[in-house]
Amino acid sequence: MSTQMLIESLNDEALKTDIPVMDIGDTINVHVRIVEGQKERVQVFQGVLISRKGRGMQEMLTVRRIVDNQGVERTWPIHSPMISKFEVVRRADARRAKLYFLRDRIGKSRRLRDRRRGMEHVKGHPTVRK
Amino acid sequence: MSLMLMGTKLGMTRVFVDGKIVPVTVLQLGPCVVTQVKTQETDGYNGVQLGFADAKIRTQTIPEMAHDAKAGTSPKLYHREFRVCEKTIGDYELGQVIAADAFEKIAFVDVTGTSKGKGFAGGMKRYGFKGQQATHGVERKHRSPGSIGGHGNNAGKAGRIKKGKHMAGHMGDHQVTVRSLPVVRIDAEQSLMLVKGPVPGCNTSLVQVRCSTRLYRSKATLAKEIAEA
Repeated sequence: MSTQMLIESLNDEALKTDIPVMDIGDTINVHVRIVEGQKERVQVFQGVLISRKGRGMQEMLTVRRIVDNQGVERTWPIHSPMISKFEVVRRADARRAKLYFLRDRIGKSRRLRDRRRGMEHVKGHPTVRK
Repeated sequence: MSLMLMGTKLGMTRVFVDGKIVPVTVLQLGPCVVTQVKTQETDGYNGVQLGFADAKIRTQTIPEMAHDAKAGTSPKLYHREFRVCEKTIGDYELGQVIAADAFEKIAFVDVTGTSKGKGFAGGMKRYGFKGQQATHGVERKHRSPGSIGGHGNNAGKAGRIKKGKHMAGHMGDHQVTVRSLPVVRIDAEQSLMLVKGPVPGCNTSLVQVRCSTRLYRSKATLAKEIAEA
């Protein structure tokens, strides 16, 4: 085994296999585990996926949502054990890999165009990336 | 407990510990072979000499090969030794193989390596000097170290420059030890050790890992708890 493979194999167990197909622009739900002392609860953060970067263990994703007319962005490692689940709520058309321009948009122009085929184009394809 | 092992620095990655990302350096330790056990009677002190990594036989001399052959192993490239106290010297015997699992229950380690060579470096890079201004009439001296002391004053030690005066010169490629690095994980199967943070030297370079001595009080209590657990 090469050194690189050996190093990457250290994270084999931590890598998730149940991540749904999520593209940039999709509205997703992120189920975040919150540990308060002994108690643990799940908080759902819904927003637009505006960035995915890195690969393998290092992959990070950024989700943007509007709370009280104020933009809120959260960034997580995609394989973080503090995230219990991802759900794709709505799929949208995006022509860029990073939707940072949404930060400057106000009002209606903030919206992204729906994928015309809705969820059709993923039908027949596995929704989970192995 | 005093224990030292040689190994190779493989590279860096990050792992999750309790939901948080921790940057780690992956070290492949050993397997090291005990090539000599030194005792008070024979050598004047108690110590253990380890051999690591196979050497090419054509580069070895007969005495070198014979030394390792006494321990029943092939010729080794690196030999290092560490002191042990009189009580534990009996735990080591000639030809014994030690790997990463020897560091089980040890919370902090010191890692010694050879830093990356930087070549001939100026004062700014080598010692963090500030250099001179970018403008205000400064010409061709933006990265110069400034005054190094004159003939008359004591900073220059009258008529000559003080020995050890920080100046430009060769940087890196010398022995560096980073102390009390937390051990994140030990993989006994592949003899790997994951320590938190960076370690001196390039990937594939030789490192020496020993149990930490002289820990801060907070770390010392933690180390004790883990050792007793």
